[in-house]
Amino acid sequence: MKNLYLIAYLDLKESIRAKWFIVYSFVFGGLIALFFIAGVTESQVMGFSGLSRLLLMYIQITIVILPIFILITTVRSISGDRDSHVLEYMLSFPISLKQYYWGKVLGRFITVYIPVLFAMIIAIAYGSFKGANIPWGIFFLYTGLLFSMSSAFLGIAFFISSFVKSSEIALGIAFFIWIFLLSFIDIALISLMMQERVNEGLVIFIALINPMEIFRVAAISLFDPELTVMGPVAFYILDLMSQGVFVFISIIYPLMLGLLFAFLGYKIFEKKDLV
Amino acid sequence: MIKCSNLTKKFGSNISLNNVTCEFHKNESIALMGANGAGKTTLIRSILGYYHPDSGSVKINGFDPVKNRVEVLQNISFVPQLPPPIKLNLDELMQYISIGAKIDKQLIMHYANEMKLDITSNLHKSFFTLSGGMKQKMLIAISLAKKSDIIIYDEPTANLDPKARDDFYKLLNENEDEKVLLFVTHRLEEVKDLVNRQIYMDLGKVVSDEKF
Ligand SMILES: Nc1ncnc2c1ncn2[C@@H]1O[C@H](COP(=O)(O)OP(=O)(O)O)[C@@H](O)[C@H]1O
Ligand SMILES: [Mg+2]
Repeated sequence: MKNLYLIAYLDLKESIRAKWFIVYSFVFGGLIALFFIAGVTESQVMGFSGLSRLLLMYIQITIVILPIFILITTVRSISGDRDSHVLEYMLSFPISLKQYYWGKVLGRFITVYIPVLFAMIIAIAYGSFKGANIPWGIFFLYTGLLFSMSSAFLGIAFFISSFVKSSEIALGIAFFIWIFLLSFIDIALISLMMQERVNEGLVIFIALINPMEIFRVAAISLFDPELTVMGPVAFYILDLMSQGVFVFISIIYPLMLGLLFAFLGYKIFEKKDLV
Repeated sequence: MIKCSNLTKKFGSNISLNNVTCEFHKNESIALMGANGAGKTTLIRSILGYYHPDSGSVKINGFDPVKNRVEVLQNISFVPQLPPPIKLNLDELMQYISIGAKIDKQLIMHYANEMKLDITSNLHKSFFTLSGGMKQKMLIAISLAKKSDIIIYDEPTANLDPKARDDFYKLLNENEDEKVLLFVTHRLEEVKDLVNRQIYMDLGKVVSDEKF
């Protein structure tokens, strides 16, 4: 375990110094700052006000950029070290592959999660300083959603990283997965729906196994527990389960997905030639 | 100590090691030679357990380096052909090594000092920003501090100036007994005094093996 923490710690230190990390933190911190400057907290739209509104906007933007950020920065972690022969040297010490791999995963997870979380905390702190009502329920739900969302994409990124030959290809695959989950699935499903031959429940089920989609729906559901914004979709979801259960699943499912992919990545890492 | 039996490793259709059988014992210093692409690095990487052989096996003190990598690597020091662009600074690199491989930091400092590498003033510089020679010296210092029974150098002197080379060979001479020292080199005259066995490889095969 000591080695695992050591590797996580060193990876974290290394990442924090990297340029991508500075850009990454700047984007999320800057986003929150921008909302404040633009007076999002002051305005009232669709019945939500102040901080809730800000957090909803934050989450809607995060849902688009967080996955691609995580994929791009992480997908090269192992394949990049392999390319540059760093792996060849670092693994010449008596450190088990398990410790090395999961140490990297842990370090990366902390690296990508902290700035996103921090931006939310800044928003809350600033809001309370301004005397706004703190929407704690929303805050904790979003913290949880972002946690499981980060782990889902981190897992996918490590999975890709474990088998891809060069880091350029890894980047290409990462980008494809992002676009695919972001829009292709939606477009495909909408066209399926329009043909009206397919069972709607099935279409919704397919939509919700997409971690980005389930995240989106869960994020909205706190503002709109009846999911009226979702129209008929809500009927299927809430018919199947209560809102509480749905939120729970929307946190657990991406987390499990991330762990599963990370684990598959580990199995490949272990089975393949290391350099 | 090291035993390769009918070791074959292919990359696609390219056979990098072709049915290699060889043993390395205690108190042997081996110069491993051969043209570029002969399979020297592949042989070394197989010993380190990086490759899954297509057939045959490698055993280090009876252990399989892939399945028992921790046990095997406890006893091996390795310096690669080119120093990799590690982003950690020297302090962090030494932390990785001292905790991960239980090597005394002071000892790394000591050998670095002997190699005329000033670690203290470079402690917070990234490893990859050091000059080629400095990197090599650092890796050599680490390899010596890691009191291993098996020391493997893949062309370690490529970036060193003549003076540093002398320091290096001097340190190796002090360190040599009871060990296996495996050198990949293109300059036999340099290591002549140090080695007692010469192996030539070509096209993935051992073509000559002399002890003296
Ligand atoms: N990872 C790899 N993938 C594909 N081919 C490789 C790989 N490693 C080595 N080879 C090939 O194996 C042969 C032997 O390479 P190598 O062991 O590096 O030679 P040497 O170290 O003697 O110069 C070369 O033809 C090289 O192209
Ligand atoms: Mg070579």
